[in-house]
Amino acid sequence: MRKALAVGIKEFRQIRRDRRTLMILLFIPVFFLLLYGYALNFDIKHVRLAVEDRDYTPQSRRLVSAFVNSTYFDQVASVTTDAEVNALMDRDQIRAALIIPQGLGRDLTRGVPTAVEVLINGENSTTAATVLGYAQTIIASESAQYEMLGRARIPGGTTVVKLEPRVWYNPELRSTLFLVPGLLAYIAMITAVVSTALAVVREKERGTVEQVRMAPIGTLPFIVGKSLPYFVISFVAAIGVIVASMVLFDLPVRGSVALLLLSLGLFLSGALGMGLLISAIAESQQVAFQMALLSSFLPTIMLSGFIYPISSMPLALQVITYIVPARYFLVALRGVLLKGVGFAVIAPQLGALAIFATLVMLLAARKLKQEWA
Amino acid sequence: MRRLWYVMWKELLELRQDPRLFSIIFIAPVIQLTLLGYAATTDVKDVPLLIVDQDRSPASRQLISRFDASPYFSIAGTVGNVNDVDPWLERGKAWLALTIPADYHEAIDGGRPATLQMIADGTDSSSTGIAMGYAASLVNAYNQELARQRMLAAGHDAPPTAIEARIRVWFNPELESRYFMIPGIVALLLLVITTNLSSMAVVREKELGTLEQLNVTPITRWQLIVGKLLPYAVIGLIDVVLVITVALLWFRIPLLGSPVLLFVTSGIYLLTTLGLGLFISTISDTQQQAMMTGTFFFLTPMLYLSGFIFPIENMPAVIQPVTYLIPLRYFIVIVRGIFLKGIGWSVLWPQIVALLAWGIAIVGLAVARSRKTLN
Repeated sequence: MRKALAVGIKEFRQIRRDRRTLMILLFIPVFFLLLYGYALNFDIKHVRLAVEDRDYTPQSRRLVSAFVNSTYFDQVASVTTDAEVNALMDRDQIRAALIIPQGLGRDLTRGVPTAVEVLINGENSTTAATVLGYAQTIIASESAQYEMLGRARIPGGTTVVKLEPRVWYNPELRSTLFLVPGLLAYIAMITAVVSTALAVVREKERGTVEQVRMAPIGTLPFIVGKSLPYFVISFVAAIGVIVASMVLFDLPVRGSVALLLLSLGLFLSGALGMGLLISAIAESQQVAFQMALLSSFLPTIMLSGFIYPISSMPLALQVITYIVPARYFLVALRGVLLKGVGFAVIAPQLGALAIFATLVMLLAARKLKQEWA
Repeated sequence: MRRLWYVMWKELLELRQDPRLFSIIFIAPVIQLTLLGYAATTDVKDVPLLIVDQDRSPASRQLISRFDASPYFSIAGTVGNVNDVDPWLERGKAWLALTIPADYHEAIDGGRPATLQMIADGTDSSSTGIAMGYAASLVNAYNQELARQRMLAAGHDAPPTAIEARIRVWFNPELESRYFMIPGIVALLLLVITTNLSSMAVVREKELGTLEQLNVTPITRWQLIVGKLLPYAVIGLIDVVLVITVALLWFRIPLLGSPVLLFVTSGIYLLTTLGLGLFISTISDTQQQAMMTGTFFFLTPMLYLSGFIFPIENMPAVIQPVTYLIPLRYFIVIVRGIFLKGIGWSVLWPQIVALLAWGIAIVGLAVARSRKTLN
């Protein structure tokens, strides 16, 4: 343990001398949180809409204003031909178009069923699905206005089954509350892996690793010592991120703080161990860097449930997500922060994180031992 | 020209030194694209749904079978009491819980409205929002069917809908999120791989002290930067072909536009990513610094602010102008345009010109910066 500490102190001195790296590690996480916390959200409002009103009657204008008043749509263009709609769509100036055929007003007055057309840019399928839902709801409720008369005489009315939704944990469905824990995991993972990935390989490249080899120190204390200063730095940075999101984004901490710190500590140990393992495997910093990015940067975003729901992935891929530590951390983090769950609920996740951390540290030590032997 | 060739040759020899580099450059992108191509789906389906059936009647079972038959929901379990919902939602074993009240079938039979309660786990706000929309439209359709039955029973003709919504989705009619995501992933992978490789190119020589030796050779700083850039450009172009082949043959993404334009614009895009890497390399003192600067100041902001995952129009007005500084933003518009919309130069020229200008500017900056370090 004393030896590990000695390595830790040596590493810390080296970090201190590289001011830029230290500043990056400490302050960038909070800066990131600010930037992305404000910039990123999935809430879809102000969809750019073009209106092609070939009818131009009170009824058609009513339908258009129903779209605009819903606040989901912003009317950015009024056109008269389909070609104009095409051009606007190709240039991404509009996301949706409402086309009202001639005769809508006449048909509605006569009680003849009629139809309107809605075009949606489907490139981004999530946005498109939501926009489609909005358009359907608006048209259905407009349509209902004209149907009222006919339906009033049904025994018991037209509402047979009514759905009353209630949302727990995040009643306003603010995407910030969903994204901020994910950002925290992402930022922590990147800082931890990136900072340690070069720690050993740098010594290899410069030849100083020979001196360490001759020193009376085992590989495991060496690995643990190497990760110590980075652990302290990333821990401090992560707490900064949590405090900042509590103050700025009203992120609630509904569970126990001790449990939060425990899960954070376990996750960071795993991430640092991962970085050191990469560092032990790679021969040059260039390769270590590539490995670090490909193994942490992309999986943490894509395979952790941060943005894309794991339950929608193909089964084979769902299996792979079990080796992504951020997956467990996110469940634990969202549980403690948003749901206020206790130790018993997230114990499996914490266990998985602990196993991952131990495993990568041991592997890194073994790999070094092989090389030094 | 000969000198340029020597710098290139030297760089290639150095790249060959590390046997792992080969697999990282050529195999990793293919694996990554395959994995991410499947992972990056925002489609919401098989939402785990918990049923709280307090009625246990044929009517309630009929409603449940509607949810069971829908591809959007999969029934995770059935409990009898609302109090049992908590552990399911806490552990994430169910996202939604549908409560059918004890008097459900009486209400239906007696001509009174029945109220179903749906409890949703709001932590994943966007997926939950979509799932709730599906639930609402499912109940809506079921409701209409029941209402129609009632009217017919009462001897009325069911009235048709007054205004029918005919909705057409363009460019991606099946709303397949893969079509949208994969061109973006191609752009992202190229950025991550090429920028990182080249960001080490100059600073490594600094760190190892060999830059001094290059300083005393008659190589101009221009030749140094371009000579370093070209080998990586070759690697990058091979990666372009690799990932596009996987996108076309494996994922069967339709390529509606011109393959030539796609290749040419990819080349311009590589100019920006490699130029950016070399620029980072010239402003850093150690490889660790280069790596941090690259990841934190360039890659991460570019990823999040490019419109790849989060739509730019959802961002606050202050942030939106910043996104114009990001080359990935332009390239994503270009690849998605060429792949999905089949549009060409006449529509895409502003993006292509912006990308080219960005690339030339950043290579120029890298050359300008390298003077100071050479002197």
